[in-house]
Amino acid sequence: MTRRTNLLKSLDWWTILLYALLVFLGWVNIYAAVYNEGHQSIFDISQRYGKQLLWIGAAGFIAIIILIIESKFFSAFAYPTYLFMLLLLISVLIFGRDVKGARSWFEFGAIRFQPAEFAKFATCLAISRYVTQYNFKIHKIKSLFISSLILFTPMALIVLQGDAGSALVYSVFLLVLYREGLSGIVLFLGFLAALLFIFTLLWSKLTILLLILSVSLIAAKLSGLKWKNFGLGILIMGAFSSLIWITGKILNLHFSSYFIVIVSMVLCIIPFLFFTYKQKLRNVAWIILISFCSLFYSFSVGYIFSNVLEQHQRTRINELLGIESDPYGAGYNVAQSKIAIGSGGFTGKGFLNGTQTKFKFVPEQSTDFIFCTVGEEWGFVGATVVLLLLLTLILRLLILAERQRSSFSRVYGYGVACILFFHLAVNVGMTLGLAPVIGIPLPFFSYGGSSLWSFTILLFIFLRLDANRLELLR
Amino acid sequence: MNNFSNRIYVIAGIFILVVLVFIIRLLNLQIIDESYKLSAENNSQRQVTQFPARGLIYDRNGKLLVYNQAAYDLMIIPRQVKQFDTIDLCNLLGIDKKDALKQIAKAKKYSYRKASIFLKQLSSERYAVLQEKLYKFPGFFVQPRTLRKYPRQSAAHALGYLREVNNKEMKNDSYYSQGDYIGKSGIERTYEKELRGEKGVEIFWVDVYNRIKGSYKDGKFDKPPVSGKNLYSTLDIGLQEYGELLMSNKKGGIVAIEPNSGEILAKISSPAYDPEMFVGRAMNQNYKRLVQNDSLKPLFDRSMMALYPPGSVFKLINALIGLQEKVITPATRFECHNGYHVGNFTMKCHSHASPLDLIHSIQLSCNAYYANVFRSILEYPKYGSVQNGFKVWRKHVLSFGFGNKLGADLPNELNGFIPTTDYYKKKYRRENWRALNVISLAIGQGELLITPLQMANMVATIANRGYYYIPHIAKYFGDGELIDAKFMKRKQTSIDSVYYKPVIDGMEEVISGGEGSTGRLAAIPGIRVCGKTGTVENPHGDDHSVFVAFAPRENPKIAIVVYVENGVWGARYGAPIAGLMIEKYLRGEISQSKKWLEKRMIEADLIHKKKE
Ligand SMILES: [Zn+2]
Repeated sequence: MTRRTNLLKSLDWWTILLYALLVFLGWVNIYAAVYNEGHQSIFDISQRYGKQLLWIGAAGFIAIIILIIESKFFSAFAYPTYLFMLLLLISVLIFGRDVKGARSWFEFGAIRFQPAEFAKFATCLAISRYVTQYNFKIHKIKSLFISSLILFTPMALIVLQGDAGSALVYSVFLLVLYREGLSGIVLFLGFLAALLFIFTLLWSKLTILLLILSVSLIAAKLSGLKWKNFGLGILIMGAFSSLIWITGKILNLHFSSYFIVIVSMVLCIIPFLFFTYKQKLRNVAWIILISFCSLFYSFSVGYIFSNVLEQHQRTRINELLGIESDPYGAGYNVAQSKIAIGSGGFTGKGFLNGTQTKFKFVPEQSTDFIFCTVGEEWGFVGATVVLLLLLTLILRLLILAERQRSSFSRVYGYGVACILFFHLAVNVGMTLGLAPVIGIPLPFFSYGGSSLWSFTILLFIFLRLDANRLELLR
Repeated sequence: MNNFSNRIYVIAGIFILVVLVFIIRLLNLQIIDESYKLSAENNSQRQVTQFPARGLIYDRNGKLLVYNQAAYDLMIIPRQVKQFDTIDLCNLLGIDKKDALKQIAKAKKYSYRKASIFLKQLSSERYAVLQEKLYKFPGFFVQPRTLRKYPRQSAAHALGYLREVNNKEMKNDSYYSQGDYIGKSGIERTYEKELRGEKGVEIFWVDVYNRIKGSYKDGKFDKPPVSGKNLYSTLDIGLQEYGELLMSNKKGGIVAIEPNSGEILAKISSPAYDPEMFVGRAMNQNYKRLVQNDSLKPLFDRSMMALYPPGSVFKLINALIGLQEKVITPATRFECHNGYHVGNFTMKCHSHASPLDLIHSIQLSCNAYYANVFRSILEYPKYGSVQNGFKVWRKHVLSFGFGNKLGADLPNELNGFIPTTDYYKKKYRRENWRALNVISLAIGQGELLITPLQMANMVATIANRGYYYIPHIAKYFGDGELIDAKFMKRKQTSIDSVYYKPVIDGMEEVISGGEGSTGRLAAIPGIRVCGKTGTVENPHGDDHSVFVAFAPRENPKIAIVVYVENGVWGARYGAPIAGLMIEKYLRGEISQSKKWLEKRMIEADLIHKKKE
């Protein structure tokens, strides 16, 4: 009995309060999103808001069970849970049900369940467990390899299910690893790679080339490169370019201008690296290397995209990036979403008064685009409050994570915070037209049992760990 | 315990930064940029045009001529069309899938955002079935409209018809949008603005499937339609129908005018057509048939657009000008020996007593008399030259409303033609052509071209002894509003009223002058009818029969002109028909003694006789 009271005392009630508040707001907004005059009762089980209430009840039940479980259990059973989840991910590929071209659902009678949602907390447990092992050294190749393996395996399985959006969530563990000592450069490079990936598909080759060149030139200048060295560099490059061009003419080969520029740049790199090494301009050397690599990366992405991938894969990526302007596809959804949010104004149209939501102009209203309902009915004030509530919860988790004595709990806490953040950033970014349309839910808000339970499990395991924060877990 | 603990600031910083970006974005979307609010309104509202009832048309006695019947157009807004079961829709409408796809393509070509017609004029039964299932076809909706209905199959030319607006009309007047109807001829065209009323608009909330979800802001921004005005026309539908009956199987036109007001009592163009032919889906087919495949040209309004030389009727004008210019007096006599002879020039005349005074020259329609009169006017020494004399003559002619549009409230009026001195200068290639060159004008032949409406107006002018009102077909509107004031203004001719008496004496002799009177068949027992026969030379076949008349002699109530193409001469068809029309109008029925004539006229067939 004392143990129970201790647990109640040591729980972080602020987090639980925020959680409860967000879940409640989510439910109210789902009611507004699917509201229709025929079924006015918010408890009507035939409607989504009625069902969501059931899911919420079940989520509370799950939370209590998690809180009852001994906290040591989670670190001890991290790997078995992870392996079990991998098994589920594999079996859903074989036995799962096709929903909108993605094979990611299990169906048991009326209950549908999405293993990818639950793979999140399992992976989070596993990576926390691995990172806190004695022999883990963040910059050791073997450690990096194994942690990548832990992340990439569920990611790959989820991609195979045709749910690329959910797979992208795992990239957020880069932030967790950063907290555990991964070099900031890796984080930066990861960020750069993501950015370049998108730019390459959005813009022409020449634009990318000019972008990389100008960014690296500015960086080089800031790092102390002199103007005359610029001139020299351009002169050398010009010389190489003309040499290649003349060679092409003599041998009667048809080199494209991109080819000429790239090859002469490669040839330039060698003397330039040598020069900067002699001049002790290490930073400039790095910049040159990075810009060269990003160029290479960008072109290979472009090449793979247009020559290796098949049409339906290209279409999928284009839709993801909102390039394909199918009026009823991704572009339409975002436009309608922006209209719905934009029409909310400062204080919104009021509860149940959203016309865009009520008349179903915004698709996936109660799931992926639930934030539209918030924006339209509660306006700038409501949307900001919701954003700040979510941010407060996430920041609270970071603070909680830092106060853990056990590294396992800390890493797990960071994992939870980062996963929630990724969902927030991508989901809200999508409805605001700032991020590509990736169908992932808004934590605690979106309609759906699987996602609500998955976030609940994710959060309450951490709260359970936090309740024992003074213990050292092995 | 871990030397990277300050990295929480970097990570928290990233989180805060992203949320900040979102808030700024929200600020921009929700507060700074107004356009999203507009888009939202457009998204979820549908403005449904409320069509006003078009004004009804009555005759002068309040008999209904045109009314409305409800019909339903199925409209399409291509932008809102989603995947739907084409075959299901086609079955509901009873149309071909091919036609349906063609209509959709046509609608897209017109506009993605604006509504256009998918299928015209659904029957009430089809509409009832469709209405139930319309939710299955987003982007489609039903637009109620009104169709014209005609309780009497009469007066088609005068009433005119409606057609869908074309692109040019939509461009000229932004009031119209695709699928609207506009008056294309007759009263419907002239009084389009009054009859059509004003469209209204009702605003509804609609969902993404375009289903109506209720009234927008409780109808605060709705605009109710304003019904068109009812129009009371000057037509006497009984007279009109009687005229059409008399003209059956004959080509030609009749115009009857009330002299003291200029009101058109009847306006007949034969062959006529059933006004119902221009209503509904069969309209285009019927139109093509009437325009292209009917050699009788039933759409051609002969009462307004047929240009005939006036023939002998024009002698009345020359007599009046001669009296006004004092080249003759009623007592002036001219010799006639089977014609007018000057040197080796001859204008033939039939044989009659000689010499004749003015009154008998009208009664017997002597050509020589008017050759003399006309020549006297042109060669009157006072004017110095034939050309100046001609100009004086022409000025008098124009004062009767010839040579220019009268300005009636009917479309398609024509000028007619009264030649000028310049015209003859070109024709004869010399300045000083002679009176004999143009002598055929004396008997209404030559280059003169006059419409039946102008001719009727001339008769009304003579009946009024010197003035006329512009002929018109609208009397007043249902709300009591009067028609254009110009129709109330008396137009004076340049002939003094005293000179009309001898001419009218002559016209009465034409009807009741005994032996030799050419218009005896127009006589009505107990009514003093004045008239004049005419024959229009027709190089293509039998001459056209013309007859003008008015009655009663004092306080005339009706002035009429009857043209019967290939009617040979005025006496044969023109006079009897004019007489019957006058009697019908003044007495309401035909006296027993003239029933045989009425029967003969109705049965006369000048169209099909050639084939026999
Ligand atoms: Zn004679």
